[in-house]
Amino acid sequence: MQFFNEPIEFTSQPGLGAPVWRGRAADGGELKDFAAAVHLAGGRLAALWGSDERQTTGGFRLHCVFGINAGHACVSLELPAEDPVYPDLAGRFPAAHRMERAAYDMLGIRQVGGPGGSDHRPWLRHGGWPADWFPLRHDSGEPADFSNEPTDYDFVKLGGEGAHEIPVGPIHAGIIEPGHFRFSVVGEKVLRLEQRLGYQHKGVERRLAGADFSTGAKLIGRISGDSTCAYAWAYAAAVEAACGVVPSPRALMLRALMLERERVANHLGDLGALGNDAAFAFGLTQFLRLKEDWLRLNAELFGHRFMMDRIVPGGVTHDLAPPALARIVEQCELYAREVKELRAIYDNHAGLQDRFMTLGPIDADLARELSLTGMAARATGILLDGRVYRQDYTPPPPYATLGVRPVTDERGDVAARVAVRFDEIFESLRLLRGMAVGMPAGEIMTAITPVAGGVGLGVIEGWRGEVLVGVQFDAAGKLARVHPHDPSWQCWPALEHAVMQDIVPDFPLINKSFNLSYSGADL
Amino acid sequence: MIPLLKRILKTGIVTEPVPAGDARRDVERLQVEVLAILGRALTIREVDAGSCNGCELEIHALNNPYYNLEGRGIKFVASPRHADMLLVTGPVTKNMENALKIAYDCTPDPKLVVAVGDCGCGCGEVGALFGPNYATCGAVENVIPVDVRISGCPPTPLALMQGILQAIKPR
Repeated sequence: MQFFNEPIEFTSQPGLGAPVWRGRAADGGELKDFAAAVHLAGGRLAALWGSDERQTTGGFRLHCVFGINAGHACVSLELPAEDPVYPDLAGRFPAAHRMERAAYDMLGIRQVGGPGGSDHRPWLRHGGWPADWFPLRHDSGEPADFSNEPTDYDFVKLGGEGAHEIPVGPIHAGIIEPGHFRFSVVGEKVLRLEQRLGYQHKGVERRLAGADFSTGAKLIGRISGDSTCAYAWAYAAAVEAACGVVPSPRALMLRALMLERERVANHLGDLGALGNDAAFAFGLTQFLRLKEDWLRLNAELFGHRFMMDRIVPGGVTHDLAPPALARIVEQCELYAREVKELRAIYDNHAGLQDRFMTLGPIDADLARELSLTGMAARATGILLDGRVYRQDYTPPPPYATLGVRPVTDERGDVAARVAVRFDEIFESLRLLRGMAVGMPAGEIMTAITPVAGGVGLGVIEGWRGEVLVGVQFDAAGKLARVHPHDPSWQCWPALEHAVMQDIVPDFPLINKSFNLSYSGADL
Repeated sequence: MIPLLKRILKTGIVTEPVPAGDARRDVERLQVEVLAILGRALTIREVDAGSCNGCELEIHALNNPYYNLEGRGIKFVASPRHADMLLVTGPVTKNMENALKIAYDCTPDPKLVVAVGDCGCGCGEVGALFGPNYATCGAVENVIPVDVRISGCPPTPLALMQGILQAIKPR
């Protein structure tokens, strides 16, 4: 089939996962035209990565995943081994910019012809390995003995009277992941923020290459610890699609149960931290208490506070007996009451609302331009949630039958991101009760045999946004290439925009309202 | 204001000891020991040198009212210059190697370094999966001297408290 009357021919990915179509662009022009058509139709760029196919096709391959109304369209483009270049997509989708720079650092494939065409600053490579050594090339071996010298980074400079810079990081003041923020300010006012990330780069993609799929599951569960269930499920869905395996209804429902518990845990923690960053310590104490009890029940039911390694390709590792399901229902009922009470306190606290309202705004137009997904996008009024029906889109099971009610807020500010979190907690608590009561019977594991050359793409609506994992098996049934994609890739640039109206002391609150993953995007 | 005060009264002090067998009781005992040994505040600078943020979630939990670390005079501080102890998660990435060394040099002597998590300690299955490669140096001890290791993926808040206590116990 075709989309938008473009010549690229697509085939639907088999299986039960989120709707995905795969197609190949004959040349760069076709890819560019397709990107333009997606853009015109209000679509977005979901992910971009490269793979080394020189052993099979003799060249490299570019993979672009576009979010369209019906689901996800994955377009690949073959690149010659000698001069692996492709047309820039950042001119159409600014979100592509950092992904293109990362693809060069990892594989040595380069975009040409975009407005960002002159920006060849490395993104993930800071100076720890040589510039002409690419970790994801299968013949790269180990880098020659190389001293790790900090490199200079060419931040965009602002001039003018009174303008100066505030460098922050990579080590931040709180208990938080490392990254560098360069503020250009006049007095207190932020004129510009430029992020430099990559400090968490652990070479995960290279670790995944050549691993068997169960080892891959362990690595994927640690791309971003706060989203371990979302990653594990997206990876499992990709492996299952590649191997033609369909997990049981009970396994799928247990996965959704874990994903919603992960969503609630993170939202509880964020709501507490947001109160704290506005000097409302009461909020932190109350919400962290709720979060701790929530995590303790996770540990009791699943043997792990964050449910790491519980979702695996083929199913899940832990089953829940009726008494355990009853505990979940009971806890959800209690939390619905307690969170409602706390919400009333937040909503009626003038000082808190004064800090939240109008702070760090982004509007729906900007969110669309930046290909934003998830909670931050919904806080601008965009109804985009992989668990929710929309025209021409059916969510994958078990969400197709759960009837998830979409949550949006048009304001786009910190207050909106707080409100969306509250509403999503209530909705998840409602869903969790429904899942516990309506848990289908059956097995929780289906055996998987890797299929040589199999490919799959998994998409899961995590608490932060859309988590994608692309999987490719080699001829021996090992993982040839796995690319995990975090929604933070798209959200980080939105943060740069959100702070521009505000003053430096408001940055922590705005930053927290997004609560983005460094590790998830640095890989 | 009234609902807020009501909520506080209704919640009470959750840090208090509870019947035997519950993890919370062990926490209470640990907190008393920390104060008995140190007799003053212990200041900790947390450095994430490459974690997946799982360890950070549990380090955050130390400040929830159940574990109430800060309430007992064990403080997380914003600068290594104010710190007695570095609590480091890993695996240490190449991109954080220099920053970690600088933070270590900035911490006044005598200083303690506690490596946190299987990646930071280089132990267990996960520690092996995240061993040294082109982008990481592996365990924290490969970059700066380490006094105590707290394993786990991630270590529980209780394990973190035990590790911190072990580090400050007179040897």
